[in-house]
Amino acid sequence: MSDQEYIPKSKAAKWFNDRLPLLTLGAHLTDYPTPKNLNYWWTFGGILTFCLLTQIITGIVLAMHYVAHADLAFASVEHIMRNVNYGWLIRYIHSNGASMFFLAVYIHIFRSLFYGSYKSPREVIWIIGLLIYLLMMATAFMGYVLPWGQMSFWGATVITSLFSAIPLVGESITTWLWGAYSVDNPTLNRFFSLHYLFPFLILGLVVLHIWALHVPGNNNPIGIDIKKPSKDTVPFHPYITIKDAFALLMFMIIFAGFVFFSPNVLGHSDNYIPANPLVTPAHIVPEWYLLPFYAILRSVPDKLGGVILMFGSIFILFVLPWLDTSKVRSAVFRPIYRNFYWIFIVDVLMLGYMGAMPAEGIYLVLARVGTIYYFLHFIVVLPVVGLLEKTDPVPMSISEPVLSGGANPSLAKKDNDKI
Amino acid sequence: MIKFNSKKLLISIFVILIFTKPILSAENNDLLKVNWSFKELTGKFDRASLQRGFQVYKEVCSSCHSMQYLSYRNLGEPGGPEFTLEEVKAIAASVEIDDGPDSQGEMFTRPGKPSDKFKSPYPNVEASTAANGGAYPPDMSVLVKARPGGADYMYSVLMGYEDPPAGMKLDDGVYYNKYMIGKKIKMSAPLLEGIVEYADGTEASVDQMAKDVTTFLAWAAEPELEIRHKTGIKVIIYLILLTILVYLSMKKIWSRIDSEI
Repeated sequence: MSDQEYIPKSKAAKWFNDRLPLLTLGAHLTDYPTPKNLNYWWTFGGILTFCLLTQIITGIVLAMHYVAHADLAFASVEHIMRNVNYGWLIRYIHSNGASMFFLAVYIHIFRSLFYGSYKSPREVIWIIGLLIYLLMMATAFMGYVLPWGQMSFWGATVITSLFSAIPLVGESITTWLWGAYSVDNPTLNRFFSLHYLFPFLILGLVVLHIWALHVPGNNNPIGIDIKKPSKDTVPFHPYITIKDAFALLMFMIIFAGFVFFSPNVLGHSDNYIPANPLVTPAHIVPEWYLLPFYAILRSVPDKLGGVILMFGSIFILFVLPWLDTSKVRSAVFRPIYRNFYWIFIVDVLMLGYMGAMPAEGIYLVLARVGTIYYFLHFIVVLPVVGLLEKTDPVPMSISEPVLSGGANPSLAKKDNDKI
Repeated sequence: MIKFNSKKLLISIFVILIFTKPILSAENNDLLKVNWSFKELTGKFDRASLQRGFQVYKEVCSSCHSMQYLSYRNLGEPGGPEFTLEEVKAIAASVEIDDGPDSQGEMFTRPGKPSDKFKSPYPNVEASTAANGGAYPPDMSVLVKARPGGADYMYSVLMGYEDPPAGMKLDDGVYYNKYMIGKKIKMSAPLLEGIVEYADGTEASVDQMAKDVTTFLAWAAEPELEIRHKTGIKVIIYLILLTILVYLSMKKIWSRIDSEI
């Protein structure tokens, strides 16, 4: 259906479409055959698109009122909160939107890990997704610096100082990043500039991410290849659009709950204290979505080692498709991997918790155990389990388990006629 | 449909809850808890308490603490103390504002207007620090948002002055306060019985003043709180209704094929 030649009905539309086939693209997106057994964990792609657009739109409005200057930034944020019409709403949507964005992206990533969506032939989708995730972290980090509160300033100091761990050129790189000899006004200015740029890079990568997705088509909960289009698929519109809309609305209710009733619960109260280079906060903690990596960073006694492991913990994800040796995609049919999957989730959550705690005593010990396990999961568990595991029988098609499970054959026939 | 190991999902959620609980409650466990009128989902400020709180701020706190992000006009806006326009004008006019330069290039002073920002007690942070024994009295505009525990913390500190325990030596100009980090504070107990005579005749006990001024500071930090709560209720009701409609549409559309969703 989707790859058939699309011919516009009206002459004018045909004239235009021959020159720029936007209508063909629209028809492809509408008809795009999607596995009909996608569950709600698959709705987060649409939710993430919504998050990105929300951040861009609210961000553009905020930038109209924000002043990127070390002496004025904090006051301009208060100006937005107090004097700009519904400025408080726009800013709270933007600041909580960052958290919601990460919440959604983590669900999206862990869905991929569970159902093996990163495996052949979808490695490139996975890698583009990781690049988006990296840019998201950079964007969020720089955005958190802009209000120029205490956590902004000291978070920026801690993270940019990481680069000074690089041998020989580290100090020079840090000074170059700062544009000064410490985090100062030039740093704020460039962070603002890049914070405005990166979302559009993300948007471009999202287009590639979806393009790459539309080549092999969606993975699905049972992780098998399906014929497209067939009785195993439904056209993207209206089946998936309406389902995505429903899930998005549920997500928006939670989002609104944060924005209207506890807009500051995910932030740190220290960020309502104006930045002061002479006073270091008792505990410098990043936003919740960076905590697992912060825990990994601090679990290594050596600064350079910590930086390498922290970046390594993300870069190892890039080779994940080749570390996982199992031919079966979905964890539904992988009894051993399934258990390790949940252990891995608990490990990441534990690392996140340790990242919020002071790096001392039992917290440090657990952070180290968690860090070691994090890497063991990828380097040992995934390759070995993939080779040794006896997987459960995988169905031939999406419809098969339904049919053998005693579904109504007449319904199945009706379905055949439709598609 | 695929059984998404719900037992393990529940366990994970449970684990998250265990983990987040100490984070959320870590620092506020021992604070005095007040059932603030502005806490719940539909919470509003107590108007009379806001007006009394402003009086405490003006007569006590403002001699050291600035509130630079507020304007006098805010005092008359909906959701705040809601002083009448005449009252706001009178409050603003009671301060001398430095202004200028005029057409001759001279600086001058004039009575305040509602559009003026709250006048700070000191010209800059350094002057303020020097005049207060080396401890900068923090600006109070967003103070409630800038402390873990928020309003409860503010109230606790105001009520937390006690004689130091036996054996604890305090330097000159340092006071014992059981809710401060390190239990020391450089501000002497600001609220003393009868330091303020309330215009509305309420008895100015230390507890009453602490509650009133904390309410005022909570409003100052979040002047949008009432409209935020009101809008939030409407937005969420709207979203729920729309969700139900979309859910029904989805059921209808998917009923065309034999798949569960």
